[in-house]
Amino acid sequence: MLAELRGVSYRYPSSNAWVLEDVDFHVDSGEYVLLAGPSGCGKSTLARILNGLIPNFYGGTLRGFISIDGKDPRSTPTYRMALSVGFVFQNPENQLFFSDVERELAFGLENLGVDPGEIRRRVEEAIREYGLEGIRHRSPSELSGGQKQKVAIASVMVMEPKLLVLDEPTANLDPLSAVKILGLVKREVLRKNIGVVVIEHRLELALPYVDRMVVMKDGRVVAEGDPYVVVEEAGEVVGVPAIFDVYRRLVRAGLALGNPPRTPEELAAKIMAVLGDG
Amino acid sequence: MDAAIVVDRVHYVYPGGVEALRGVSLRVAKGEFIAIMGENGSGKTTLIKHFNGVLKPSSGRVVVDGVDTRKAPISVLSRKVGLVFQNPDHQIFSETVWEEVAFPMRNYGFPEEVVEERVERYLRIMQLYKYRDRSPFLLSLGEKKRLTIAAVLAYDPEIIVLDEPTAGQDYLQKEQISGIMNLLRTMGKTVIVVTHDVEFVVQHVDRIVLMSQGRVIAEAPPSKALTDPSLLARARLMPPHLARLAIQLSRRGVYSLSGYPEIGDVVDQVLKRWAR
Repeated sequence: MLAELRGVSYRYPSSNAWVLEDVDFHVDSGEYVLLAGPSGCGKSTLARILNGLIPNFYGGTLRGFISIDGKDPRSTPTYRMALSVGFVFQNPENQLFFSDVERELAFGLENLGVDPGEIRRRVEEAIREYGLEGIRHRSPSELSGGQKQKVAIASVMVMEPKLLVLDEPTANLDPLSAVKILGLVKREVLRKNIGVVVIEHRLELALPYVDRMVVMKDGRVVAEGDPYVVVEEAGEVVGVPAIFDVYRRLVRAGLALGNPPRTPEELAAKIMAVLGDG
Repeated sequence: MDAAIVVDRVHYVYPGGVEALRGVSLRVAKGEFIAIMGENGSGKTTLIKHFNGVLKPSSGRVVVDGVDTRKAPISVLSRKVGLVFQNPDHQIFSETVWEEVAFPMRNYGFPEEVVEERVERYLRIMQLYKYRDRSPFLLSLGEKKRLTIAAVLAYDPEIIVLDEPTAGQDYLQKEQISGIMNLLRTMGKTVIVVTHDVEFVVQHVDRIVLMSQGRVIAEAPPSKALTDPSLLARARLMPPHLARLAIQLSRRGVYSLSGYPEIGDVVDQVLKRWAR
């Protein structure tokens, strides 16, 4: 297992309230996991444990079993955790510092003392894979929101993490840009066999891409598994996407539609197959 | 119908020379709910900043409740038009959550007992009453957003402009904001939302104004605009999933698309066909 938490509880310093209580969570290589739940449910806290900011930066009391790429963040400095875990924030401006996209991509690697030839190789590869050729010498601050987030992800991926954690990466993006970012992450899961945890409120955008869904509420995991089973169990917490609602009503009425559809087009095709004319 | 806002052939050029609005005309009737949609950089935010006089047209004119914005101070216009910005950090400045909501009302000379009563009411509606003595800067992004909405609703402007009200809000908070929209409807307010949230738009607005590159490219009710993929693509939007399903089914003759599809209606029509 790439990352595993068992019976994990956490409280921030100078607070008596446990923000996580007895949480079990896991993510494997090649798996794209959606972490959902109401604001304040503990999602972002869980994400900060995965990258070691908790407890290394935030302090507090952390209990339970934690293994992230074989490391326990309580006994591993943040810079060592960063070799295993890449983190992308909601607002890319919080993690873009340089006046040039190419410099931005090279910075983390230089910091780690990676050999200059290797840095050049990885930066060139990222520019190619992420389609940044036209903007390699632009300042990230002048880019559109979608481009900024793309650069932020590329600057994390050049570090070749095994686990990528994204905390509401699309909150400030228009729907087309948001879908592109979630799709880009899917491509990385498939190509590089990394594990991904994405926090996202808009199920309609995320469900077509993810393999598994975890729902938290009040510091606990309340549902976990196949996204469509989870939506069925935790719909009143996270909402039920419209096409899933149509799908389950039709299935209850007796239509043999098979597995839940990922997209409206797929549901339409399934319906047409049952109706027997195309 | 009386006009709440008239925008007449407005051009706006930022001091740096960027022409953000290139001849926008728009009329919003009193009591109407509209959504302004379009990609980032299409001019939406520039346009709404004209409504309370923060920006004045480079050419053309904007008339709010009968007043030309070039001839009235911001203090007069912002009493009529309450603007909730996309980024709450651009708006919040008080030391406590309570003060943040009380400030505009005191500024407009509301009696203190009215201020007290309204602050409490709107903090409770937005589920922020428990934080009343906290610094607003310690709130989460979603909470800050709800705080800025509360501060505007409390001083009761006739026209309310919301820039991305649902961004960063979870499912239940979106439901609450939907509840607020319904409340504003019964109060007869005029509401303008700038948003990418197609689901929210379907539920709440009478008309969508689509913008692209500083121009209005279409105006239509949600039932029409949100089921027209090629029109939406020009504004970098996608139809909601339910509309995409309905479009697919109607192309194959299983669903007749009239107005914005409803889940129950799509299910019924499919089942009817299946029973045959």
